[in-house]
Amino acid sequence: MTENKNQPIITVKDLSIFYKTFRAVKNVDLEIFENKITAIIGPSGCGKSTVLRSFNRMNDFIPGASIQGNILFHDKNIYDEDVDPVQVRRMIGMVFQKPNPFPKSIYENIAWGAKMNGFSGNMDDLVEKTLQDAALWDEVKDELNKNALSLSGGQQQRLCIARALAVKPEIILMDEPCSALDPIATLKIEDLMRELSHNYSIIIVTHNMQQAARASDMTAFFTMDEDRAGVMVEYGLTTQIFTNPKNKQTEDYITGRFG
Amino acid sequence: MNKNNSIFESRAQGNLKKRHRVSKIWRSSFFLSTTIGIFSLVILLFSIINQAFGYVIVENNVDPASLSSMPLQSLEREELISILQENVSKNRFKTIQRDNPVEELKRSELVGLVTSEIIKPTTLKSYFLIPSLTNKAEIIRTQQDEFPNAVVQFRSWISPSFLTDPLSTNPDTTGIRTALLGSLWIIVVTVIIAFPIGIGAAIYLEEYSSNNWLSRIIKTNIDNLAGIPSIVYGLLGLAIFVRGLNLITSGAFIGIDQSNGRTILSAALTMSLLILPLIIINAQEAIRAVPSSLRQASYGLGATRLQTIWYHVLPAAMPGILTGTILAVSRAIGETAPLILVGASSFINKDPSGLFSNFTVLPIQIYNWTTRPQAEFRNVAAASILVLLIVLLTLNTAAILLRNHFSKNKAA
Repeated sequence: MTENKNQPIITVKDLSIFYKTFRAVKNVDLEIFENKITAIIGPSGCGKSTVLRSFNRMNDFIPGASIQGNILFHDKNIYDEDVDPVQVRRMIGMVFQKPNPFPKSIYENIAWGAKMNGFSGNMDDLVEKTLQDAALWDEVKDELNKNALSLSGGQQQRLCIARALAVKPEIILMDEPCSALDPIATLKIEDLMRELSHNYSIIIVTHNMQQAARASDMTAFFTMDEDRAGVMVEYGLTTQIFTNPKNKQTEDYITGRFG
Repeated sequence: MNKNNSIFESRAQGNLKKRHRVSKIWRSSFFLSTTIGIFSLVILLFSIINQAFGYVIVENNVDPASLSSMPLQSLEREELISILQENVSKNRFKTIQRDNPVEELKRSELVGLVTSEIIKPTTLKSYFLIPSLTNKAEIIRTQQDEFPNAVVQFRSWISPSFLTDPLSTNPDTTGIRTALLGSLWIIVVTVIIAFPIGIGAAIYLEEYSSNNWLSRIIKTNIDNLAGIPSIVYGLLGLAIFVRGLNLITSGAFIGIDQSNGRTILSAALTMSLLILPLIIINAQEAIRAVPSSLRQASYGLGATRLQTIWYHVLPAAMPGILTGTILAVSRAIGETAPLILVGASSFINKDPSGLFSNFTVLPIQIYNWTTRPQAEFRNVAAASILVLLIVLLTLNTAAILLRNHFSKNKAA
């Protein structure tokens, strides 16, 4: 698994993110590769989620949030004036920490996003396909009209993944997708991520180092510097980060000495 | 061990007795508050019902038995018309014919006409429900002593004909239809105006406006507006809608002008101003309560702000918005003061026919009747209060069913 086989699909250049005057993330440079699972790990408050949310401009909704630097997606800065953030979010989907299906039927949960994006094909096929891709079809195929909130937490989260797939993104951002799930549901999501990585690039923020070690190809380690701004300490192949970290801070973190 | 036990035992008692005593006092006072509230409601309902039913001593100008051997209700239309022709003067019959041609009237309407034109029942004395139930003998004695020609009847002042007859100056024959229709017209038009504007304002304030000093001033002032006395809104409505926008509210711009701006439209616009703050505040609360995770889910799928609001925020907030609207409508339907200023007629017997009609409403009629000297009008007022309460309950039930419909969609 070598990185030079792949072109970077997202290139982050000298990214700093501010909440009003507070600098939450400082000078991050990062390359995300196609069809890889990239994990972002680090202690609480180091700006992992902030960075993740900047990839599809979800930070736009936070009053006072602003960025410096560039995030190039297919060589185009997604923060350029002429870029429509709605289009960015259609190409870079997102799955959130807490499963948040719409309070509608399972079918409508999947169909809605596709409909909003002007999908005109056979909706039944799309729903079946995406549910299969999200490894949920067998469990729900007989009750597609049931309210999504009646599913278990793990099923809800897979539904949220299916819902994101239905919009046909290139990248899926996952913000601690398993933190509200039990170990078995977590394992299912990790298997699913592995499957999905054949067709999608996945970036996952996680608190769980075992998860990063198990499920990701690349790992970026973030921490806080003295003025509480998040900085990226080390980035590389997951195997290398977890077996042979170059940085002392990384080693301390992954061996459990802090964080 | 033993020692520890005894130490605990002395502490275990603690302030238990005192605490129980205090909690008992508080509990009883909370219970007392509830009881006082319920008791007041029961008294209110009781006094209304007490006045809306009871015996009356009625004297007929002409004995119905002298007109026909059978009860009037069982007669055919032709017979009723001939009775009418025989018993009223020619001129009077012509007047009746001009107002409502008798050939077109239904049987029940003819019976009403015969009653009001020939029999002319007059209520000489009316009794409340309680004396009617407990003291019937006394009532009959009074009738025999003082009104030998009259009869004692049990009357329910609220009756189908009370709902369907127009207003009249005679408490025996008056109905409430004119005022009932006026109230319904105004409420419907008010909701049509205020509901979309209120929700629109709430959406803007919650979803679009940034949190700067201007929007904070606006929000604070909307809260204050909800507390302004309704008479002030009445003055505003008089100045703006009745006088200022007379051309529009009177209907003059489309060639109707019977009411000089004192129309249903003016009243509904004034009422809309009155309930807008209530609707806005409640809709804001409801929209704010929609979890942000729902918005994020929608945005994360590449939905626009408008799609997010329309498909997710509004449906999720709808039960709360409807609750606020129920409260607002309940307030509007009982308002009297602003409508008096806007020019509600104190007496009309013509039904409102559209936006540009004169109007009167239930609370104003109730107020008018309670100020009349004749005792019978108090019975009529009580019956109208019952009608008002029933209208209110019906509207609220409809709104609650609608709200439950939306909540069910959310949870089931």
